[in-house]
Amino acid sequence: GPLSERPLMEVRLGELHTWISTCDFSPQGLLGTVQKAWNSYYAKYINVRKGGPAGISMLLTGYCLLSYSWNYQHLKRYRWRKYH
Amino acid sequence: MNLSFFDQFMSPSLLGIPLILISLLFPMLLFPSPNSRWISNRYLTLQLWFLHFTTKQLLTPLNKKGHKWALILTSLMIFLLTINLLGLLPYTFTPTTQLSMNMALAFPLWLATLLTGLRNQPTASLGHLLPEGTPTPLIPALILIETTSLLIRPLALGVRLTANLTAGHLLIQLISTATTALLPIMPAVSFLTITILLLLTILEVAVAMIQAYVFVLLLSLYLQENI
Repeated sequence: GPLSERPLMEVRLGELHTWISTCDFSPQGLLGTVQKAWNSYYAKYINVRKGGPAGISMLLTGYCLLSYSWNYQHLKRYRWRKYH
Repeated sequence: MNLSFFDQFMSPSLLGIPLILISLLFPMLLFPSPNSRWISNRYLTLQLWFLHFTTKQLLTPLNKKGHKWALILTSLMIFLLTINLLGLLPYTFTPTTQLSMNMALAFPLWLATLLTGLRNQPTASLGHLLPEGTPTPLIPALILIETTSLLIRPLALGVRLTANLTAGHLLIQLISTATTALLPIMPAVSFLTITILLLLTILEVAVAMIQAYVFVLLLSLYLQENI
């Protein structure tokens, strides 16, 4: 189909920058993208009939990695200072 | 050796967004809203079971007027429980270690219970300041003592939560530092310290859950007296 309506996984690498230019970067557009992304994650991994710990564990691991990246500057300086 | 063991309680910010904001909003993702299916997914079923269980526990002692507080008490309980437990994961930030946040939660809710009591049944509320059966000479002293204990309740609520969580996190950090420092020197003692660390982590998980429950339970008790 047309480029702007294809989801991200079906866009070829060479067409990526064209696809990004068709994206809606207004607050409503970004909110809509986040909502769609969360809903597809939820539908695929959590909202299944026989779910397990995997769906939530991936979320929690992602949260830990996010916190690590938020702390990274501080951790880097601490590591330099400790092993100076 | 850690340079400062209190660095874990500073909220770092990246691109101007402090981590505490994400830590406060993340529990929202962990509690999906119920859908309208007859049998929902396992996660949702578990969550609903847990919510019904805690709501029943908290609201059984309250009379009918107190049931208006159901939403705020249950959501507060889930909020504190999730935040406390998430803080035990590596590199995460626990907002409830900040006294400012706990006081902001405790003080308005306590004040709301107090004002509800004073407004709707002032005699009964003030009557709580004097326990039954006190000997007459003790009455003035006891009223002063009970008033002090009443006024110190929000402070106690906030500080209890802060102190328990902060102490727990600090202990975990100290003991793990000791373990890593001892590992090259005396592996046997290091093994002992690792056992202590394991037991401490189990304790911390329990403390995280208990402290959230105690906070909300005490609030519901103050509500019972006043509604």
